[in-house]
Amino acid sequence: MTIQVRRPGLLSTLQDLGRYGYQKYGVMAGGAMDGFAHRAANRLVGNDDAEATLEMTVTGPVLYFEEPALISLCGSDLSPRIDGIPIPSWRPIYVRAGGTLQFGSAREGCRCYLAVSGGFNVPPRMNSCSTYLRAGLGGFEGRALQADDRLLLKPATSLGKRMMRRLSEQSPEAPFSAPAWRVSYEMVPDYKANPEIRVMPGGQYHWLEEAGRKAFFESEFKVLPQSDRMGYRLSGTPLYMAKPQELLSEPVAFGTVQVPPDGHPIVLMADRQTTGGYPKVAQVMTADLPLLAQASIGSRIRFRLVDLKEAQAALLRTEWNLDLLQLSIQMFFQ
Amino acid sequence: MGIQYVDMTRLGDSAIIIRLGNRIDEETHTKVRALSRYLENHSFEGMVEVIPAYASVTVVYDPVRIFRTTGGSNSLEEIRYPYEEVESRLKNLLDHLQEDNVPDHRVVEIPVCYGEELGPDLKHVAGMTGWSAEEVIRIHAGTEYLVYMLGFAPGFPYLGGMDKRIAAPRKPTPRLSIPPGTVGIAGEQTGIYPIETPGGWQLIGRTPLPLFLPDKEPPTLLEAGDRIRFYPITRKEYDRWEGRG
Repeated sequence: MTIQVRRPGLLSTLQDLGRYGYQKYGVMAGGAMDGFAHRAANRLVGNDDAEATLEMTVTGPVLYFEEPALISLCGSDLSPRIDGIPIPSWRPIYVRAGGTLQFGSAREGCRCYLAVSGGFNVPPRMNSCSTYLRAGLGGFEGRALQADDRLLLKPATSLGKRMMRRLSEQSPEAPFSAPAWRVSYEMVPDYKANPEIRVMPGGQYHWLEEAGRKAFFESEFKVLPQSDRMGYRLSGTPLYMAKPQELLSEPVAFGTVQVPPDGHPIVLMADRQTTGGYPKVAQVMTADLPLLAQASIGSRIRFRLVDLKEAQAALLRTEWNLDLLQLSIQMFFQ
Repeated sequence: MGIQYVDMTRLGDSAIIIRLGNRIDEETHTKVRALSRYLENHSFEGMVEVIPAYASVTVVYDPVRIFRTTGGSNSLEEIRYPYEEVESRLKNLLDHLQEDNVPDHRVVEIPVCYGEELGPDLKHVAGMTGWSAEEVIRIHAGTEYLVYMLGFAPGFPYLGGMDKRIAAPRKPTPRLSIPPGTVGIAGEQTGIYPIETPGGWQLIGRTPLPLFLPDKEPPTLLEAGDRIRFYPITRKEYDRWEGRG
């Protein structure tokens, strides 16, 4: 069971839920940038959430399927096609042997997740299959995909096998077949080009001068080209601290908004360092991290202040949605 | 009984920072170690990991798992939110912590080939500080350092105890790539780069010991709380260690 990589795309890496438990050793957590799309993609093919998916950024790869497979594509719409025919996102797709999956331009967002039933057959390193590029660890040989790589697959899950049997009987002439339904629009984050991101005050929020606190919530910030999986660099009204104060290095999290002395905020993303010493003015709530992960270079974002209760309620709602999705699939393919 | 802490602040909806002091000193460090070990030995379902830093201990939790094990009601108005649950558990644990269980520390000896092409800035550091290259080596290797915390890169130690006499400012332009094992000085700090990375430190030598060991448990040569000593080795010994001599 193999997928051949004909062209690698801009940055295609295997990612999972992250490498947790090692931050005390300075090992970053990593993992999928858009955790919702990653998990939805897995659930659509009958996988566990922890199975690795292929995170494809802006320009997707060209992939050739040697054997039939059950796949799903969630997250950004990178105009995917199989043998030239557009394929729908957010649903399971049965790909026949010999099919070629390729992508066009990004229509919304910038990261798309490919899940394959059973998962990619790569050895976990330190309990995770996430690719840690700087350490050359995890994922596919510790690196992004290259042309001529061969991605081995594990056997489909039992639910995945049932789905494959059912879908393979549908339109046998076409290179692929998919059900008529998809994950409902209400469940999927609204990947707007210019999203509003909900944040909670950070530990040093009150270090900001008053004008800065106002500017943070009332102005727009542009995502700069130097942004990557490690952090989003933003430009907008510079934010300054009321008085210089030293912060001892302490842990940071996915979504921590740090402000260095130049006043331009950096939002730390999946591949962030484990610790930081800049003031933490805000923290993106977990449920909105997918929106931020899909904001591409040049998009403008706004921040809105929420309290912890709202952040937690939103997160639990996302969780219920994912459970509902799983239940629906199990019932549909019983 | 119980442990005194300065404050407990949240780091978003999935982590809590327990601050035990506001300074880098050994007393605070000892408390940090005791608390981290205690929390690791008293972990609860939904606790993801414990991260010690200079003066704080951060507890990362999985809010959904906490909710599933304790939430109960299905109505958002009536539930006990994950943060409240974790905060009250931690407060309870802290109230019962005895401060006397500080673990022993290890002393790790680290061979370093100083100067020449493995430490291209040694002469520069000597020039800036007014000591000879041999004296810089003697001072650097003659000190015991405390590993306060690991961060920045896998296995990178934040060391305390550098002798101010050999303090040297960072390079005005960072190098694009520094090989793993390189020992450097930046201001009053010294450290070892575990993986290849760009950086602006003054490079004075290199150790053949790997600091990041992804196939071992723990995956790093050093841990917070270790004491380390550098000792000089020759280029020949360095190469033999690396398997090239």
